[in-house]
Amino acid sequence: MSRVPGRSSTALLAVILAACAAAYGVVAGCSSGTDRGGGGTPNGQSGAGKAASNEPVVIGHYGSLTGAQATFGISTSQGIRLAIKQANATGGINGRPITLREYDTKGDAREAGSVVTRLCTNDKVVAVLGEVASGLSLAGAPVCQEFGVPMITPSSTNPRVTVVGDMISRVCFIDPFQGLVCAKFAYEHRKARKVAMLYDQAAPYSTGLAEEFRGAFEKLGGTIATSQTYAEGDPDFNAQLTTIRSAEPDIIFVPGYYTDVANIAMQARKLGITAPLLGGDGWDSTKLTEIGGPAIEGSYYSNHYSQQDPSPTVQKFIATYKAEFGSTPDGLAALGYDAALLLFDAMKRSPSLGGKDLAAAIATSKDFHGVTGTITIDADRNAVKPAVMLEVKGGAPTYVTTIAP
Amino acid sequence: MDDFLQTLMTAVSVGSLYALIALGYTMVYGVLKFINFAHSDVVVLGAWFSFTLATWFLPQMGIDPAAAPWWAACGVLFFAMLACGGVGFLIERLAYRPLRRAPRLNVLITAIGVSLLLQNVGQLQFDLGAGLRLPFGTQPQGMPRLVPDVALNDAAVARGVAGEGGSSSTLVLEHPAVLESGRSYRAVVYRDNGAVERARITSSTGTYGAGAVMSLGSSLTRPPDGSVYVIRRLARVPIAMIDVVIVVTAGGLMVLLNLLVYRSKLGMAMRAVSFNTDTAALMGIPVDRVISFTFVLGAMLAAAAGFLYAIKYTTLQQPAHAGWVLLGLKAFVAAVVGGIGNIQGAVLGGFLIAFIEQFGAVYVSSDLRDISVFAVLILVLLVRPTGVLGSPSCEKV
Repeated sequence: MSRVPGRSSTALLAVILAACAAAYGVVAGCSSGTDRGGGGTPNGQSGAGKAASNEPVVIGHYGSLTGAQATFGISTSQGIRLAIKQANATGGINGRPITLREYDTKGDAREAGSVVTRLCTNDKVVAVLGEVASGLSLAGAPVCQEFGVPMITPSSTNPRVTVVGDMISRVCFIDPFQGLVCAKFAYEHRKARKVAMLYDQAAPYSTGLAEEFRGAFEKLGGTIATSQTYAEGDPDFNAQLTTIRSAEPDIIFVPGYYTDVANIAMQARKLGITAPLLGGDGWDSTKLTEIGGPAIEGSYYSNHYSQQDPSPTVQKFIATYKAEFGSTPDGLAALGYDAALLLFDAMKRSPSLGGKDLAAAIATSKDFHGVTGTITIDADRNAVKPAVMLEVKGGAPTYVTTIAP
Repeated sequence: MDDFLQTLMTAVSVGSLYALIALGYTMVYGVLKFINFAHSDVVVLGAWFSFTLATWFLPQMGIDPAAAPWWAACGVLFFAMLACGGVGFLIERLAYRPLRRAPRLNVLITAIGVSLLLQNVGQLQFDLGAGLRLPFGTQPQGMPRLVPDVALNDAAVARGVAGEGGSSSTLVLEHPAVLESGRSYRAVVYRDNGAVERARITSSTGTYGAGAVMSLGSSLTRPPDGSVYVIRRLARVPIAMIDVVIVVTAGGLMVLLNLLVYRSKLGMAMRAVSFNTDTAALMGIPVDRVISFTFVLGAMLAAAAGFLYAIKYTTLQQPAHAGWVLLGLKAFVAAVVGGIGNIQGAVLGGFLIAFIEQFGAVYVSSDLRDISVFAVLILVLLVRPTGVLGSPSCEKV
C-alpha cells in the first residue's frame, strides 16, 4: 500500500484507461469457449474436383448457436439439417451423401471470420451456408470469396453482403426491399402519416432498414417525426421513448432484434404509448412474445414466410420439421432449409463441385420453388421474391398480407 | 414538462442502480487501492441468482412467481445478497489475498482474470435435476415481475362488475365510461380467487354507455364476466411501483451502509485500514478480516443492484453480454467522477452520471448517450482528477 510516490492522478488515469480497454476486450474475449463440432462425421477431405463416387460432400454452416441471437443460429441449423436429411434419403448429390460441418459464431463478428477460415482451409468444405446477422455475414463473406468457396447466406438482408464478390449469394430479399415493404405497409395499409424511428446505431441491419424506410416513406408522402437510436445491450429506452411520445407518431418503426424490441415494447406501453410498433425479420423469434407478452400485441413485422400460408409446400415443410424437432419452424428455419435445398439443386446442375462452377450454377437458379416462395437469383446474386406482413396476435404471428417485389 | 418529469423519474431510478454498484468499486478501492473489475460480474451473478431463486425456489415452495407476495421478493433479494456475499468473500480470499504484497498492476490483471472466469463459468449450464439448471447458460431469460407492474398515480375512471357475453379479450361495461383522446387506459380485473389481471384497452376514444363492449389489447385467462373491473387512465408521467421500490431499497441500503461505516466499530476499522493499512495492523486491527468484510459488503450491494435491475428490466442477458459490461463501466465511471474511495462520492457520482446520460439523451441526442458519460469522465479527470468529492490529498507514503 505504500509503494506509490506522489503521482496518484497519473497512475489512476493509466489504471482507468488500461482497465477500460481491458473491459471492452472482455466483451469479445469472453466468448472464446469451445467450438461446437456439428452433425455428421468429421471429414478431412472434400469433394472439390474429382472424387470417389461415394465420398461424402461436405458443406459448412456458421451461425450464432449461443448468445443473444442464439435462436437465429439454432433455427437455421435445424432447417439445414432437415434439408440434408431429406436430400440424403433421396440419393444425396448424384449418389454422394452430404455431411455438415458446423461452427458457433456466438454472435461475434471476429469469431465468424475465424470459423469461416477454418471451414475453408481445415475442413475444405464445398460450400458455406450462413450467417443470419448481416454484420457477421460481412465478416465471413470476404473469407469465402478469397478461398473461392461459394457462400449462400440464408437470411442476411443487408445489400453489401453479396457485393463482396461472385462467390456470395443469398436466398432472402434485401433491406431496401424490406424497408420499402414496411414503408408501403405503414402508409397504405395502416394509413400512417407520421412515423417515429428507433434503431440500433451499431448494427448494419438496423441502420440499413431505417435508412431505406425513411427514403421510401418520405417518397410516399409521409414524415419521420423523430429518429432515435440505441446501442445493443442498453436495457433502458425511457429517454428515447419519452421523446417519441412527445412526437405522437402513428406508428413506431423499430428495425432491431427481438430481445431489444421486446424490451422497447414493454417500456413504451408503460409510458402510455399506444402506437403499434413495426419492424423487420429481426423480430422473428418465439422469444419476442415470450419476453414482450401483452406489450408486443398488435405490432407488425415483415418476414420471409408465414406458418399460416396454406400452400402445400409450406404445410408439408412444417409437418416434417415438427416431427423432426418438435417445434414449429420460424422464418429463419425455412430460409436455412431453402438455402440448403437451393445449394443442392445447384450442385446437381453444376458440371463439377469446384468453386467457380458451383457459384455459377447457384447464380443461375431460376424459379426455384422453396418454402419461402419462388426464388430467382438476379444479376447481383440477390433473391427476387415476395415478403409477408405479420401481426402479433394472441402471442403468435398472424398473417396479414403479402407484398410483392 | 411531461418529458422533463419523466426523464427525472428515469434518471433517479437508474441513478440508484449506478450508485449501488459504484459503492462496491469505491469501498474496495478505499481499503485496497485497486479497481475490482470483477465487481460488475458480481452484479450479473446477483441478477441471475435472483432469476434462479424466483423461477425455481419460489415454485418449489408453492409460490407462483408471477403473483409473489412482497415477502417472497424480499426473500429473493436476501438470499441473492447472501449468495453474492459468499462469492465476494471467496474472490477476495482466493484471488486477491495471495497478492496482498504484490504490485498493484498484478492485482488489477488478476481482477480482469476473475471477471473473465465469472463470465465464462456463468455461461455454462448443467441440469441438476428437478428442473434446476445452473449456472445460467447463454440464452436471454425473462425474469418474473416480483413487483406489480402498476403506476401509483393512475386514475381510476370507472368501475363495476363486468357484464355477461364477453370473450377473454373484451369487457362488457356495467356503467358508462369516457375514453379521452391522447390518453391510454387499462382494465384491471379482480378475480374471486384474489388473482388480478391487467390488459390494455384498445377501443377508440369516445363515450361508452352501460353494456358497451370494450376490446382489450391482450387476452385474459378467461372472460371477465361477473368479475369486478376497474378502468384506469394511465398517468402522463407514471410513477411506477418498481421505480419506487428501487429508490427505496437502494436508499435504505445506502443509509444502512452509512451507519455501518461511520457509527460502528467495524466501520471505524474499515476507515482505519483505508487510511493506513500498516498502522491499522500495528494498532491491532485484523486487517485481513476487515478487507474480507469490505468485499462481502460490496458484493451484497452489487447483488441488490443485480436484483433490482432484474425486476426492473425483466430481460436478463447472458452473463458475458456487452450490456452488463457497459453497466459496470458506467458505475465505475460514477465512482471515479464522484471521487473514488469516497462513499458519498459514489452515490453522488451515480446520480450525476444517470442525470447526464438521461437528460442528454432526451434533450441533446440519443446517439450521444454513452459518449456523454465517458466525456464527463475525461473532463473530471482533467479538471479534478480526484473526483468531485475526492480529497485532493497527496498519496500517503
